Amino acid sequence: MSDEILRVENLHVSVDDTRILNGLNLTINRGEIHVVMGRNGAGKSTLASVIMGHPAFEVTEGAIFYMGTNIEEMSVFERARAGMFLSFQYPAVIPGVQVGTFLKKSVQSVRDEELKGRAFRKELNAAMATLEMQKSVLSRYVNDGFSGGEKKRLEILQMLLLKPTLALLDETDSGLDIDALRIVAKGINSVAPEAGCLIITHYQRLLDHVEPHFVHVIIDGVIAESGGPELALKLEKQGYEWLENPAEA
Amino acid sequence: MSDEAREAVGDYRFGFHDPENATIRFDKGLSEQVVRDISALKNEPEWMTDLRVKAYHHFEKREMPSWGNCSELENIDFDNVTYFLRSSDATEKDWDDVPDDIKNTFDRLGIPEAEQKWLGGVTAQYESEAVYHSVREDLEEQGVLFLDMDSGLKEHPELVKKFFGSVIPHTDNKFAALNTAVWSGGSFIYVPKNVEVEMPVQAYFRINAKNMGQFERTLIIVDEGSTLHYVEGCTAPTYSTDSLHSAVVELIAMKGAKIRYSTIQNWSANVYNLVTKRGVAHENAVIEWVDGNIGSKLTMKYPAVLLKGEGAHAEVISVAYAGAGQHQDAGAKVHHLAPNTTSSILSKSISKNGGRSSYRGILQVTPRAHGCRSKVVCDALMLDSESRSDTYPTMEVGNSTADLEHEASVSKVSGDQLFYLMSRGFSEEEAMGLIVNGFFEPFTRELPMEYAVELNKLLELEMEGSIG
Ligand SMILES: Nc1ncnc2c1ncn2[C@@H]1O[C@H](COP(=O)(O)OP(=O)(O)OP(=O)(O)O)[C@@H](O)[C@H]1O
Ligand SMILES: [Mg+2]
Repeated sequence: MSDEILRVENLHVSVDDTRILNGLNLTINRGEIHVVMGRNGAGKSTLASVIMGHPAFEVTEGAIFYMGTNIEEMSVFERARAGMFLSFQYPAVIPGVQVGTFLKKSVQSVRDEELKGRAFRKELNAAMATLEMQKSVLSRYVNDGFSGGEKKRLEILQMLLLKPTLALLDETDSGLDIDALRIVAKGINSVAPEAGCLIITHYQRLLDHVEPHFVHVIIDGVIAESGGPELALKLEKQGYEWLENPAEA
Repeated sequence: MSDEAREAVGDYRFGFHDPENATIRFDKGLSEQVVRDISALKNEPEWMTDLRVKAYHHFEKREMPSWGNCSELENIDFDNVTYFLRSSDATEKDWDDVPDDIKNTFDRLGIPEAEQKWLGGVTAQYESEAVYHSVREDLEEQGVLFLDMDSGLKEHPELVKKFFGSVIPHTDNKFAALNTAVWSGGSFIYVPKNVEVEMPVQAYFRINAKNMGQFERTLIIVDEGSTLHYVEGCTAPTYSTDSLHSAVVELIAMKGAKIRYSTIQNWSANVYNLVTKRGVAHENAVIEWVDGNIGSKLTMKYPAVLLKGEGAHAEVISVAYAGAGQHQDAGAKVHHLAPNTTSSILSKSISKNGGRSSYRGILQVTPRAHGCRSKVVCDALMLDSESRSDTYPTMEVGNSTADLEHEASVSKVSGDQLFYLMSRGFSEEEAMGLIVNGFFEPFTRELPMEYAVELNKLLELEMEGSIG
């Protein structure tokens, strides 16, 4: 219990009367990297969104515990302030809001303190250097006109600044070129030892750089199979069919 | 603040005013005698008295505008307005009497204490007057005249007589007639040839700024090759017991001159804000209106530019924020009267809690004005489904060589945006505040820094406590 960060218990989730998750269980401890895979539409993003508190999804049964507490009543921003972070599969565009201003305000609200301009800038510069990002990003508007890869890199920059206790990364590797993939992996590896990580991905390639402790597969709204890194390799070769029709395997 | 005044402002949290702060106050209602009395009290030249009287008679018989919110206009009770009010310079009120919520608003807007007291009407703004004097000395050295309109008329009657009403005659519309009849206060500025006024000139620093009347009259003449940036207004709420504000602003940009006129107004929710603003741009001159409207019950304001000389350019950037019970009917009018003139109009509006905002614009290109270009962009953001937004663009194009673009969009704050921002630690109100500030950003970045900061904070305050 001492280092348990997230525990998802018998989670049932519906949206507009459509059932998406049907009794999913998952526990993540500090320092662990969990990978969640599954076909398109399996409910991976739903899982991440529900953990973050998205109001559109209804938890019909089961519970989510963060740091030992049932977080049912916590709103999205309270979860963020408590150290939960979601890197979005599709980050939203916020026109007219400059990245620099946004980052500062966001870090300020999550840490709940006034930031000294200079200290923050130093921190920001360091994080941007790690991710090999251009300074000019700071004066652009949040995700406005960003390429797919640029958006993902900005997500990881936010993760580095917010230093989450629980990092949920939804297809952060999609759309990244080879160098960016390596850079983003570096970012993930820098927060992972102190946090719990849940990485949603379709591909093995990120896992060449980020070594997972557990790999899970969602089928029919539950975790149908769990294993170590070798499971991801097997899925890459064989796809999901052998899991869905075990008799034929 | 008296209970009566509180009642008059309704639930407008930020507005306040001390209704007793006046030494000369006419009885309510308007007549030729009142108009003559105003003129006599100011010792005006006869031509001005005659003009006022003529304007008064025109006002009497002129019908209400047929556009805008006509039914709301019918609710104006002209007999229940005080047409002249002069604040006493000696009146000093106690800062302790200013309600805490107002003080908080000033604090949270980051307005310094001295300025707060001045805005609160409890003190003359000594510091600003000092600044004003030094600014004015600099200007004087360059030959720039910067006075309140009454002093302008006294000290430079020939200039005033030549240009007063030359852009907006009293026959323009009912409210221009009313203003011409009873005007008081406002600014008079003349910039001589080839002078670049570097600092924005702010109405803030005007000695008589605390007299900011309901019927201000501003006349700005910028001579050949000169530039001026004039800033008026204030993001702090302006409460007026008399619910009619009807200003007239005339700009004249001579050959090659450039005028930018920036305004932010935040009226309390009982005010009818009916303003006529128009500029004439001569050959290769530029006129820019940067116009922000927050608050009021009904605002009807369409800054206009007459592009009279070849190569002249007009720019109108405006924002409007309509909250509960408010209607912002704003826009722009550009008249391309000469060849190769260009214009650009950007209008952004936000409606919330059942507020209504309308864009109303006219773009005219006359037959002789060949080679003109214009771009009009209207964006509306609605923060809930009870609110309303409409667009009424009019184009009168008499020349086939014109190159015109018009874009309009209406958007809502998306659930995805809110979820994204909240996942970054922002409360729902803070997230709304960011989205709203971002939406107004193309306007805000045009403002002097301190105004921009205040406007952003004000909008954040507006988002507070309104979600649930
Ligand atoms: N707001 C919603 N309204 C209706 N259906 C939804 C909503 N959100 C998700 N769904 C449905 O729930 C199912 C799971 O969606 P989810 O986005 O979680 O899948 P995913 O596993 O992340 O897929 P992908 O690999 O394509 O990202 C899908 O069938 C999707 O259409
Ligand atoms: Mg997904």
